[in-house]
Amino acid sequence: MEVFLQQLINGITLGSIYGLIAIGYTMVFGIIGMVNFAHGDVFMVSAFVALIAFLFITTWIGVPSIAVALLLVLVVAMVFTSLVNWAIERLAYRPLRGSFRLAPLISAIGMSIFLSNFVQVTQGPRNKAIPPMVHGEMILFSQNGYNVTISLKQAIIWGVTAVLLVAFWYLVAKTRLGRAQRACEQDQKMAALVGVNVDQTISITFVIAAALAAVAGTLYLTYYGVVNFADGFVPGVKAFTAAVLGGIGSLPGAVIGGLLIGLIETFWSAYFSIDYKDVAAFSVLAITLIFLPQGLFGRPDVEKV
Amino acid sequence: MQQEPAVKGSNALGAVRDAAISALISLGLFLPLIGFETVVNIRNELTLDTRWPLLFTMVALVFVGRLAYSLFAAPRLAQRKQRALAVPAWLTMIGKWFAPFAVGFVIVYPILVLSTVGFSGALKWVDNFGIQILIYVMLGWGLNIVVGLAGLLDLGYVAFYAVGAYSYALLAKEFGFSFWLLLPLAGIMASFWGMLLGFPVLRLRGDYLAIVTLAFGEIIRVVLINWVDFTNGYAGISGIPRPTFFGIPFTAGEDGFAATFGLEFSPIYRTVFLYYVILALAFLTAFVTVRLRRLPVGRAWEALREDEVACRSLGLNTTNTKLTAFSIGAMFGGFAGSFFAARQGFISPESFTFIESATIVAIVVLGGMGSQIGVAVAAVVMIGGTEIMRELNFLKQIFGESFDPTQYRMLIFGFAMVVIMVFRPRGFVSTRQPTVFLKERKTISSDLVGEGHG
Repeated sequence: MEVFLQQLINGITLGSIYGLIAIGYTMVFGIIGMVNFAHGDVFMVSAFVALIAFLFITTWIGVPSIAVALLLVLVVAMVFTSLVNWAIERLAYRPLRGSFRLAPLISAIGMSIFLSNFVQVTQGPRNKAIPPMVHGEMILFSQNGYNVTISLKQAIIWGVTAVLLVAFWYLVAKTRLGRAQRACEQDQKMAALVGVNVDQTISITFVIAAALAAVAGTLYLTYYGVVNFADGFVPGVKAFTAAVLGGIGSLPGAVIGGLLIGLIETFWSAYFSIDYKDVAAFSVLAITLIFLPQGLFGRPDVEKV
Repeated sequence: MQQEPAVKGSNALGAVRDAAISALISLGLFLPLIGFETVVNIRNELTLDTRWPLLFTMVALVFVGRLAYSLFAAPRLAQRKQRALAVPAWLTMIGKWFAPFAVGFVIVYPILVLSTVGFSGALKWVDNFGIQILIYVMLGWGLNIVVGLAGLLDLGYVAFYAVGAYSYALLAKEFGFSFWLLLPLAGIMASFWGMLLGFPVLRLRGDYLAIVTLAFGEIIRVVLINWVDFTNGYAGISGIPRPTFFGIPFTAGEDGFAATFGLEFSPIYRTVFLYYVILALAFLTAFVTVRLRRLPVGRAWEALREDEVACRSLGLNTTNTKLTAFSIGAMFGGFAGSFFAARQGFISPESFTFIESATIVAIVVLGGMGSQIGVAVAAVVMIGGTEIMRELNFLKQIFGESFDPTQYRMLIFGFAMVVIMVFRPRGFVSTRQPTVFLKERKTISSDLVGEGHG
């Protein structure tokens, strides 16, 4: 029971990070129908930007409070990553809109290889580790000498994710921008006819996706304290799995899918074998796609001639 | 005449403004990752270094490049678009004679190399450029059946390559079977796995199929890493038996190839032999593909690529059609894999990463899906290009000793994928000869070919 609760806490933490990345996949797929394969690497780039911002703020400027530093790092990572994703959309995806179906996917794969190797070349291939940013944990309860704890890091991740999800939900559901997005999702031509700037809406979608990935990247760095140029691929595929599991195109689905994938991975590692945790996540992807292709909350895919 | 300079002036001004905006954006993009470098100091702490000169050089390059593009390249491109797209006569000439010439060239290539650079220098040219490129040509042609003909994007093709390699390595080591017996066996194993993995996922379409095949590829790799009893994990399998020339091994001993034929021993004989083996395998792949395209199943593949719904309404069994494409493609991957294991003598899961799959997919797509010559050209450009990167030692003199061109291999590779997709989304060879035609054979632009939902 204690182990179960502890793993539940760890799983939700991991799942929050996956969920934040998954939203990026699901939004981009919803609006232009492409799997943004480079999104995992955008997440990795954001973790690197956060790392550099953290080092810059702590060693060069020196901020008294760690909370302020963390907030600054988050903002810096969000700004730069948004710029990166905006540029990627502009250069690598926009010229291919209306091209044949696999073209954007191939372009995205190329972009993913480019991004991870760009970071490798500019920052070196080694793991980049930083001392833990936040300390402290709270013992929720203890039984039979086993403490079920939640660390401050985990609490921060839960809090930040929850706040951002509410803000994001408000943005999509209640604002003019969100309406434009949903309109483009349904019919781009019609949306353009009624005065929605389709290009701009798609650009903003990529910016929002990147900003959420940057939050995930910063939280990832805070949680693990180490980042590597190759760290984008596996979390990227897992987040995509989360998006598919929740039903691609559905925003709450992405978050719930992310939490489920985080929990599956954590419990699998705890109760079965840690070596095969990636196999567990990938199998979930395959099983979902085969038996439940529309996911938990997705609309069924209607085939039209 | 009066108007002209004014227009030019505003054009130049606009170009400068565009270039300045691009430079500003690139400054933002490059600032964190190029402007700063994370280095570990003596006390094992991570610290920041700055690289302002490099950052400003990059930004200046973007400025100049963008300026040159809008001043010189863009007007010319616009002009070309207005002119009729007539293919010059010499290009059709080349197109006609290219394939026979290329076939002749690859057959005499080792002899050509041996006679120009001699025995000692030839090893690198035949091995690194000849065999390495031909493996990818073969993999490209194998995947071409799946992606190019049947229109199913397979991002896990490397899994079948791995199955082929591991089945050869394990069976040859454990039971001592010969290469020629295990080659077909490895192909059968790979195609069996192709069916096993293909059966459940082939109902899926397009992007979904791509991601599931990617997941399967990764699962196989993770299993290869973790099932240590069977595959020896990360350490890989070494000492894999090498292929023999009809039972005569390529060794320096009494019964070796060189001694039997009264030649002086040299490792080059084995390399040249392997070169012709992979060449024959690649030709086999190409030949089978060409013949299959004329069979009902090949036509069904191409029809499926163009329109799945129409196929189904005409009574094609789409699952079987897809499955044959998947397993035949996998079989050629298995052949290539067993050849790879025999050539290397050592395999480990490191050789079968996702990057490999992406490379093969890139070769097929960049070559123009479905075009055999295009795929071969793409393999030569991509793999030969990355091999040449290793040889560019003179760059060290320009950029200093620490400059390592091989580091930039994959960087340029990824960039090239994006650039080629943006400028030539249909690949190098973007016209297709229709297999089935009415009255006369017309070459159609692939832009007119619809997309299947495979």
